[in-house]
Amino acid sequence: MPLVLAEGIQKNFGSLEVLKGVDLRVEEGEVVAIIGRSGSGKSTLLRIINGLETFDAGILSIDGERRTGLEKDLRPLRLKVGMVFQQFNLFPHLTAGENVMLAPREVKKLSQRAVRELAEETLSKVGLADKFKAYPDQLSGGQQQRVAIARALAMRPKALLCDEITSALDPELVGEVLDVVQRLAAEGMTLIMVTHEMRFARNVGNKLIFMHQGKVHEEGDPRELFAHPKTPELASFTSAIQ
Amino acid sequence: MSYAFSIEPILDNWEIFAQGAAMTLLLTALGAVTGVAAGILGAVSRAWRLPVLSPFYAVYVECVRNTPFLVQLYFIFFGLPSLGVKLSGWEASFLAMALNLGAYSTEIIRAGVMAVPRGQIEAAESLAMDRWQIFRFVILRPALKTVWPALCSQIIIVMLGSSVCSQVAAQELTYAANLIQSRTFRAFEIYFFSTLLYLGLAILVRRFLKAFGRRIIDGRTA
Ligand SMILES: Nc1ncnc2c1ncn2[C@@H]1O[C@H](COP(=O)(O)OP(=O)(O)O)[C@@H](O)[C@H]1O
Ligand SMILES: [Mg+2]
Repeated sequence: MPLVLAEGIQKNFGSLEVLKGVDLRVEEGEVVAIIGRSGSGKSTLLRIINGLETFDAGILSIDGERRTGLEKDLRPLRLKVGMVFQQFNLFPHLTAGENVMLAPREVKKLSQRAVRELAEETLSKVGLADKFKAYPDQLSGGQQQRVAIARALAMRPKALLCDEITSALDPELVGEVLDVVQRLAAEGMTLIMVTHEMRFARNVGNKLIFMHQGKVHEEGDPRELFAHPKTPELASFTSAIQ
Repeated sequence: MSYAFSIEPILDNWEIFAQGAAMTLLLTALGAVTGVAAGILGAVSRAWRLPVLSPFYAVYVECVRNTPFLVQLYFIFFGLPSLGVKLSGWEASFLAMALNLGAYSTEIIRAGVMAVPRGQIEAAESLAMDRWQIFRFVILRPALKTVWPALCSQIIIVMLGSSVCSQVAAQELTYAANLIQSRTFRAFEIYFFSTLLYLGLAILVRRFLKAFGRRIIDGRTA
């Protein structure tokens, strides 16, 4: 059974149809890269999967649990999928370590000792073991984003959603974040990644989704799609971005 | 025109002054703690439009902000006994100060709550935190930090405003000054010294609040 299964997802903001029937199937351990023009609905799709947005029609199931899009308590869902944002969104008044420890301590009620070990483990996984006591404004953008990844990982999600996590970074800092993601992929983490890093999408992804005007316009093996786009829209998108 | 300034009325009555100043500080401390606590609850009620609490706070804030403090105090001290609530002078003063500060700080803290970036709240939501956890651990401290200077000023305003509590026989600093002046008839010396005392208290309290903000609200170790 797929970890994430979406069928015919529709989403309107007022009279604006943002998603016009999106189908998506993500198996455990898969690395899915979502590409597409700005405004094509990529962020909205991720936000729906994480319950940050409701949806108007369609079927969505996460880890075998069907979602209506109307449930009041989304926390069980959010325990299964973590999210990393373009703007990092670290809590500025907490150190890197405290950022990571907060949710495991408060949500999962783990002991102080357990959350500390967890934070040390996840921070060293993103290469920041020595930044445990640093505040976000003492870290570079790339380091902040890695802390954000560690914070999401500390909840032990089954899948990690990444929404353009390198788009706010200076070019020289993109690599360190992508390296972390690549390592997670190699360890078998399920990843759904909206990205503009085409090389990354091609080399690390198992599956490529091209969104266009609120729909999955094309999908398949990344190398295959980049080499031989079937639709003129994908062809013009990839040539424009490279 | 010559006036012989005499220090004796001050020196002879320093104990009464000291007790008055202590009462002013005590009223301010209690009023500040209670008022800011009421303001935190009000801010979250208003920001999240909580049922019952939000409309209640809306009415309360408007009533307090659009009426004079002295009238609020008179209502509590002279009016409430008609409903069977009889408070002493200092109890009525404390309540009036807390209510007054509660209303103003609701609005001040609400501005701080609204200023917390949406993305941080969404990040907390995506970590499966519930709304109270988010308020307590993600919103509250940055919100208070943002508005702390404004909140400190408001606390000082309430402290200085407490001088009218002498009108309901709360034995604070102005009450002490009035008492000494009625005994010595040295209005110039007494009110001059009271002014200095208020100035000193205000500077002291502001410093304390600033340090408190740095140590407790900001709370950064690096
Ligand atoms: N909260 C919102 N209210 C109204 N319109 C929105 C909202 N969020 C996104 N949109 C609109 O939905 C469309 C898709 O947005 P988004 O999913 O962010 O696209 P992408 O991430 O692919 O750039 C855009 O036209 C955007 O303006
Ligand atoms: Mg987007």
